[in-house]
Amino acid sequence: MEVSRHWRLNQQRYALVGEVCPNCGVKLFPPRDVCLECEAPAKELYTFTGLGEVFSYTTIYDPPAGFEHNAPYMVALIKLEEGPMVTAQLTDVDFTDVQIGMPVEMVTRKLRTDGAEGMIVYGYKFRPLVGEEVTSG
Amino acid sequence: MTDYDPKDGLLKPDRPVGIVGYGAYVPRYRLPATEVSRMWKGGTGGTPIDEKAVNGLDEDVVTMSIEAARDALARAQIDPREIRAVWVGSESHPYAVKPSSTIVAEAIGAVPTTQAADWEFACKAGTEAMQAAMGFVGSGMAKYALSIGMDTAQGRPGDALEYTAAAGGAAILIGPGAESVALINGSFSFVTDTPDFWRREHANYPSHGDRFTGEPAYFKHVTGAAERLMELLGTTAADYRWAVFHQPNVKFPERAAKLLGFSKEQIAPGLLSGRIGNTYSGSTMIGLTAILDVAEPGDRILMVSYGSGAGSDAFDLVTTERLAEVRHLAPSTETYIARRTPIDYATYSRYREKLKLN
Ligand SMILES: [Zn+2]
Repeated sequence: MEVSRHWRLNQQRYALVGEVCPNCGVKLFPPRDVCLECEAPAKELYTFTGLGEVFSYTTIYDPPAGFEHNAPYMVALIKLEEGPMVTAQLTDVDFTDVQIGMPVEMVTRKLRTDGAEGMIVYGYKFRPLVGEEVTSG
Repeated sequence: MTDYDPKDGLLKPDRPVGIVGYGAYVPRYRLPATEVSRMWKGGTGGTPIDEKAVNGLDEDVVTMSIEAARDALARAQIDPREIRAVWVGSESHPYAVKPSSTIVAEAIGAVPTTQAADWEFACKAGTEAMQAAMGFVGSGMAKYALSIGMDTAQGRPGDALEYTAAAGGAAILIGPGAESVALINGSFSFVTDTPDFWRREHANYPSHGDRFTGEPAYFKHVTGAAERLMELLGTTAADYRWAVFHQPNVKFPERAAKLLGFSKEQIAPGLLSGRIGNTYSGSTMIGLTAILDVAEPGDRILMVSYGSGAGSDAFDLVTTERLAEVRHLAPSTETYIARRTPIDYATYSRYREKLKLN
């Protein structure tokens, strides 16, 4: 894997840092420097709250190279509360508990490791809300 | 200025410092001690704890530290760019060379204007980082410094440590006294060369000198640090509402409390090892977070860590009005402990990477 490419993506991947359009206020993730709504330049950084809900999901039994270690796992399309959709793994969840509309929160986890001697790649995943289990229980 | 003589050993900076934010982390999985005994003892014999916390496949000291640090920041409500040190104490850093602390600092938005380092001293690596943070903040060099104690501890399969070696820990953000949820009245360290427990480089599992683990190691250092700190501050056990000691099991902290004159009630909220195991560098600090979750303003707390090799750091703290205002801003330690998924020994073996796939 290419070390420098991963380094540039750190903020985006560890902490869900995207951009906000100074013209119309739309939040962008991943960062693309140009607003999707009004096409104004949008380079102001914005850290997403990490809250969202499951929009759709699937279970991966036959993972791509580098992800075998974690299989089987679930991948979901998450609708962030600020609007954008992101694709990410779900974690800390039983497969039978996942539903469309389930509230989730971002956590930073190990995404993959490049063999026993290579780099460990960290990034965002989503899990059911931990805080809510208190208030509801 | 100070009204004590530094040569007595009391660690107390000129400016008031305290805990301005705290966060705990316990992973979701639990290995009941009966599973270890079923595997290695035919289900016979007693167990030192009920169950221990086990990290998932995608978790390590870095990811767990990031979550605890985010909870500490949520309670402190400060700009992470004002943090001048991110220090992670652990004996299970994921890299042998490459700091955990820089990854944590990046993830919480503290980079690049910060110090970052990984600390090591068996189970007290996190509390020595707390003392250093007191110095950073108390000298005026930094407004905030973050100290973390976190581990994903491993015991050799079948060894006595396999029952208790667990995953979890806490992040403690040190800052100005005026912003504190708990002021630190002072600290004291007590250290000798004691061969009770060690792990050589490239060894997967630790070794321990059986005869050295109790009296000359844990009890000597824990009581030595606590007694001297109380003497320097002119306190007795009765002056404290709560106390928390390093927790390699349930019996050791219970006995240390008794030796020092503390009741079972005083140590109850911070004694977590029966339900999560020994989280090594995290053990004392996560016990403190559980106390902060229930303490009332003005409660005085004694905290004493222990690290093999060996040494103890003792702290005297008193909570403030601000604690009740901010503790709900992140999940309580009890919330993380209650989030519980039991696993069997086979699943445990996979999660702790005891299976060789090639
Ligand atoms: Zn726009």
